[in-house]
Order: sequence, then structure tokens, then C-alpha cells
Amino acid sequence: MKNIRIIPQLNIKGPNVVKPVNTEGLKVVGNPRDLAMRYYQEGADEIIYLDVVASLYQRNLDFDQLKKVCAGIFIPFTVGGGIRSLDDINNALRAGADKIAINTYAVNNPNFISRAIKIFGSQCIVLFVEAKRTGNKKWEAYTDGGREKTGVDAIEWIKKAIKLGVGEILITSVDHDGRRQGYEIDLMKEIASFSPVPVIAHGGAGTPEMIKEVILEGRADAVSASSILHYGEYSLKEIKRHLAGNNINVRLI
Amino acid sequence: MRKNSNKIIIIDYGLGNLHSIKKAVDYFTKDWTVSGDPAAVSSARAVILPGVGAFAAGMKGLAERGLIGALREFAGKGKPILGVCLGAQMLLSEGHEFGAHQGLNIIKGKVVKFPELAKGVKIPHIGWNKIYPAKDSWQGTILQDVPAKSDMYFVHSYILQPEDKKNIFTLTNYEGYEFCSAVREENVYGCQFHPEKSGEIGLRIIKNFIYNCHCERSNKELY
Repeated sequence: MKNIRIIPQLNIKGPNVVKPVNTEGLKVVGNPRDLAMRYYQEGADEIIYLDVVASLYQRNLDFDQLKKVCAGIFIPFTVGGGIRSLDDINNALRAGADKIAINTYAVNNPNFISRAIKIFGSQCIVLFVEAKRTGNKKWEAYTDGGREKTGVDAIEWIKKAIKLGVGEILITSVDHDGRRQGYEIDLMKEIASFSPVPVIAHGGAGTPEMIKEVILEGRADAVSASSILHYGEYSLKEIKRHLAGNNINVRLI
Repeated sequence: MRKNSNKIIIIDYGLGNLHSIKKAVDYFTKDWTVSGDPAAVSSARAVILPGVGAFAAGMKGLAERGLIGALREFAGKGKPILGVCLGAQMLLSEGHEFGAHQGLNIIKGKVVKFPELAKGVKIPHIGWNKIYPAKDSWQGTILQDVPAKSDMYFVHSYILQPEDKKNIFTLTNYEGYEFCSAVREENVYGCQFHPEKSGEIGLRIIKNFIYNCHCERSNKELY
């Protein structure tokens, strides 16, 4: 069995890491540089860095800040937030990103995905989807940190983006994010049932056991977590040890 | 002799994870520069060819800057090159991403799509995976002091397929499929994985390349 990646997610607003609480208020949880370094040293497999307001305000993420956060950290960064041109992608890569997460802009401009892949390769482009349940096995794609409806069926959108060539899917459950009551297993399972590319599950981690569940039952290839790590309740080591104890392969350092 | 003749040149061909590789090299030495100038390549001590991107776009970037001849000549002199990911793939003769495209042909071989593996096996191959020596040992190479079966970070849909088995430097097994994860021909190395993104152990490879790649011999020959 391959290694399952455990990926801390930094939601960025201005100079801070924030945590949306049910997509309403944003709570400041710390400094991106300190948190990223801590996770690197604790054995994070990658780091996700998402500017959660860039799209909303139609601006770019702060590439200089990204550069500072990445300094001295030698694991992959997936970066997103306000990416809407090939230049934006180039700037993010040059600031230290390895993979680019695209959400809002691609929903309205699917061809942007094809264009980006032609230049940067599939492995560089991650489709970021915020899914909110609308019925039995039905989810709608949201954007801008779960604020904006798109009217687009999340599952259909993911299938389309896979055809366009995205290399990975980062999926957040809008309903579960920030509640720490467990991942939305149904959603993850549904995507795993058809996705030929790796799926990173996000939203709802409250304990290492919940992370285990989304791997075993939700069949996630990677899991991303924020609150559970940011507040120091569990360390990456503890989480990985718990997973290893349940016969899940993880990279231990 | 040019001013930058003893520098490590990180090739800029308009795409790629330059920042990551710069950061990793800079961790060990300040004696490096980023350049897309063929003259800089010719007078370099060693060259790093980074890569994130599609094969054709990468080769186009090299061609537009007149770097294809410069890199081939550099390798022909026995000087050290480290290709990473797409940079490693471009060292081979031919790439098959969005059609067939000529590579640098420094190491004979092809770059092909991962074959269809068992149902449920994901491509791209993304994440940490173990590398092990194709031959007995990798002492005396850039992998010196890297324990066999160290985890390295991979992200790719295409694999290196050198024509001659002797160019297979390391192997990796992804869900039961063994593939060549690094190639070598003398002082030319190509890693499909990202040493610059593989934590402390990956950094050891960068360090070995910088300090231990037998550049001295080549420099003497040239100057």
C-alpha cells in the first residue's frame, strides 16, 4: 500500500492564518511562517497554502509573503487563492509553490485548466472544490471559502475537470469544515469511486481516529487538516503514529 | 575565462520550480546563479536543470534560448548535470507527452506515460516513495550517505525509460510496478523525484551534487 500523505492546510487572510468557522467568521490562529516551519519539522508530507479571500476581492495572493513562508522549508507547497492567469501560476511557482490549486476562476472558465496543463503539466494543477450537500449524494460546488454558490454540481464538475486533465483533487466539505466532527465520508467515497487521480480530503478532522476513517472508509489518498493541528491538540507525529498503528502506511521521520 | 566559470548554473528556461531548487542550493553554497544564457552554461562548474511542466514546453524553452547545444556540449565534456523531474526527462532522447518530442538526447531513452496499473491505482504518482539502488551500491555517487529505501517526494505521470540498463540508477516501486526513478551516465544525473522537496534526506543529494560530483577533473581538462 502506498504512503498516505498528511497535509496541514494554512488558510491565509492578509498576514495571518485564519480558520473559517462554518464559513461565517474568520478566526486568526497564527502566523503562516511559524506554523509552516513547525509542520515541516514535525514531518508534514506537504503544505497547502490557500489565500481564502484573494478571489473574493479579485486580487492576487501575496507572492512576497509566500516566498517568506516557504524559505527554509523543503517539502512541497500547494498554493491557491485568486489564481486566474498563466502569469499568476508562474509567479506562484517562482515564489516557491510546487502545485497550484484552482477553484473560483476555473468554475467559470474551464478552458483555463486545459491551458494551464499544456504549459505546466497535469501534476502541477490541483482542482480545489468546496462542496456543499444539497441532497442524497448531491453536492453543489461553492467558491470563496464556501461563501458563493455556483449552481454547478460538484460531482459533475470534478468529472469534467478530470477529463480536462487536473492532476489532483482537493475537496473540502463546506458542511463539515471547522466543526471537527469528522470528514464527510459519503462525499469522499463518492469521489473515490470514479477518480483516477489522487483525492485530498479536507474538512472536519477532530481526532486521529477521524483521519483514519476518511482514509479507510472514504478512500482518501491524502488528508488535509487545519484546526486539529493549529491549536496543538494533536501533533503530526501523534496522528501518523495512530495511522501506522492501524496498518496505514505513512512516512515517519 | 568568464567570471562565472566556477559557478553552479540553475537553468532558467521560462518554466519551473526555480525557487525551490534555488533555495536548496543556496542552503549549501552562495556560488550559484540562475541563467538561461548558453555562454553561462559553457563556463559553469555544474548545471542543474530543474523542472515542473510539460515536456514540449520545456524543450521549447531550451530551444528558444539556444540551450540545447550548450547543454549537450557541456555533458559531452563530462561535466556534471543534475536534472530534476522534467529536467531529468529532458535528458533523454524523446518524450511522449502531448505527442512525440525530441529531448536533449544526452542519455539514450524515452519518456513514456505510466502504464495502466491495477484498478484504483492513481496517476499521477504523487507523494513519498522509496528509492533503492539498481545496482549494488550508490557509494561514490550523489546518493552517497543516503540510506537505501529513503522516502523521496514524487509527482509525475511520465517515467524515465533509458535504453541501456546501465543508465538505470535507482528504482522505485509504485503499487507493484517497478520503474526507473533516477538515471545516470557518468556525471550526468536525472532524478524523477524532487530532492529539493524531500526534506533533510533530499537535501543530502543536493549537497553531494554540489561538493562531490568530480567537477575538479572536468574543470582541469577544460581550462
